[in-house]
Amino acid sequence: MLQRIRGAPPRYWLVGVVVLFLVGFPTVISSFLASEWAQALILAIAIMGLNILVGYSGQLSLGHGAFMALGAYTSAILAHHFKMDIVATIPIAGLLTGLVGFVFGIPALRLSALYLALATFALAVVTPSLIKRPAGLTGGVQGIILTQPDPPGFAQSAYGFLTGIAMTSDQWIYYICLFCALILFWFAWNLVRHRPGRAMRAIRDGEVAAAASGVNIAGYKTLAFGISAFYAGIAGALFALAAGFVSPDTFPVSLSIQLLVGAVVGGLASIPGPLLGAIFAYFLPIESNQWVPSQSWIPDQIASTVKNAGPAVTYGAVLILIMIFAPNGIVGLLYRGYVALNRRLRGAADRETGQMPPNPQTV
Amino acid sequence: MQALLQQVVSGIAIGGIFASLALALVLIYNAMGLVNFAQGEMAMLATFVAYALINRGMSYWIVFPVTLVLAFGGGIVIQRVVIRPVERAPILTLVIITLGLATLLNGLAGFMFGYVPRSFPSAFSAQTIDLLGVFISYRDLGVMGVSGLVLLAVYLLLQRTTVGLTLRAAAHHPEASRLLGVQVSWMLALGWGLASAVGAVSGIMVAPILFLEPNMMQSIIIYAFAAAVLGGIESPLGAVVGGLIVGVTVNLAGAYIPFVGGDLQLAVGLAIIIVVLIIRPNGLFGRAATRRV
Repeated sequence: MLQRIRGAPPRYWLVGVVVLFLVGFPTVISSFLASEWAQALILAIAIMGLNILVGYSGQLSLGHGAFMALGAYTSAILAHHFKMDIVATIPIAGLLTGLVGFVFGIPALRLSALYLALATFALAVVTPSLIKRPAGLTGGVQGIILTQPDPPGFAQSAYGFLTGIAMTSDQWIYYICLFCALILFWFAWNLVRHRPGRAMRAIRDGEVAAAASGVNIAGYKTLAFGISAFYAGIAGALFALAAGFVSPDTFPVSLSIQLLVGAVVGGLASIPGPLLGAIFAYFLPIESNQWVPSQSWIPDQIASTVKNAGPAVTYGAVLILIMIFAPNGIVGLLYRGYVALNRRLRGAADRETGQMPPNPQTV
Repeated sequence: MQALLQQVVSGIAIGGIFASLALALVLIYNAMGLVNFAQGEMAMLATFVAYALINRGMSYWIVFPVTLVLAFGGGIVIQRVVIRPVERAPILTLVIITLGLATLLNGLAGFMFGYVPRSFPSAFSAQTIDLLGVFISYRDLGVMGVSGLVLLAVYLLLQRTTVGLTLRAAAHHPEASRLLGVQVSWMLALGWGLASAVGAVSGIMVAPILFLEPNMMQSIIIYAFAAAVLGGIESPLGAVVGGLIVGVTVNLAGAYIPFVGGDLQLAVGLAIIIVVLIIRPNGLFGRAATRRV
């Protein structure tokens, strides 16, 4: 056992540190900050779904905000009209959205990447007005207001035992989000390393070659759509839980763009990418809104227009710059730096011993 | 019957606007096999430029061509700065970049002009005339006329001039054109400039109807997508026919299907896109795609 722990590659240790950090984090920050981090984790889940679809299976969806909306409204309607426990509605929302995504993936099979992008973009634009229509069910423009759950007894006592303060409902919601995020990231990690992940990557890199190798193209493409929508649905349900309400305007096109920004910035086709991307995409507008007005040298007029224009300019510029200069996002940059550092270190060591480094290309 | 005709006529007028933007999409698709998600935002920004010029006291009929020239230049600059570095990148990269461009331009317009809707002047009065029992406003007639002129001009440029021939050659056979001395990359830039100018016409035409604000084109671009897909995304003629059909369909659906009403008209656009893509992905005028493996 000790041997195994000692022999674990460094990235396992990194995962351990990150998980411990995320678990312990809410005990040292305010309850409000915890709710912000819960939102970032929710975004990370949705971006992971998008990442499985775009990064691993090579199908571009610009309408994942619509799937999040479906998940959120499923959860909200079950909790509000059918008086279900809102935490229990999360998996139902995920499964329903996943099913819808799976069905949506069937016509998507016939479409080229470009047409798929076009159709999903149109879906994202239309979503708010589609939600408003069945007003009896969705609450129309006002949406649905939900009551946030109080932390249950065992969580209360455990948290109180560890920190000595009472747990707020924001902190409880944070832990629900973290729990979901851990499971879903673990699932994604296993998915992409095994048969389905290999099949999806093969399809992405060469559909004809994959088909010739016996990969079930249609099956895996729709599967990727279904799983991706499942992630978005869970994220949507958590979103409803964390925000305490759902309304058509919580799911504008810009939400879908935000998800894409997160996926691209973090790094497509990587597992830590969505987490980093979500932190970037969630905190960029908040931090810039707080930072710009706090700087006295920026004239008030400009500060207020920056606030109004929102993060759109930065989002757009970042998308373009990342795609041109670092198509693999933050994770790609970090990995490149790590490889370069490793090579330099190893090269130095090899010079000392006088041995040639093994050529990685000759197997 | 008369009410129906009335709806058809105003559908054709708005369809002309969709057709212009769809034509811009088709021009870029033909040049590089890409749907430009930023086309609507480029048109919106050009319309803001026109608005600023008109506010300076310039006459509408001077502003119109000046804006088109500026939009043409802007399109070329965008192609050189943003698209050129990734010309050979996979389609996924290109789509994400145009989407980033759309977000950037939308934010820039909000930053420079704010989000308050502004009324934009029209060159034509809203007065109506009686034409065989159907009332048409001069504004609708003007929109139809201008859209028709633009489409005709693009057709003549592409089919009857050397520049048009070179453009088409560079788009269809880049390698062969390069061997024959065509500067393919600059032809792509020219295509972007042209598309930007054509799109700007749709922006200037639609602004008096919708009020000018940064999100003005967000619905129009969906209808333009629908028009381009319906007509066959590589066919300029298809874009025009598609635009008119989408305009009339959306208008009729809004007027006669109670469920659709005013606020679900956009969903009709989405429905058209999805139905066409499932039933006939090549559209009305597109050729069946052949692929070499």
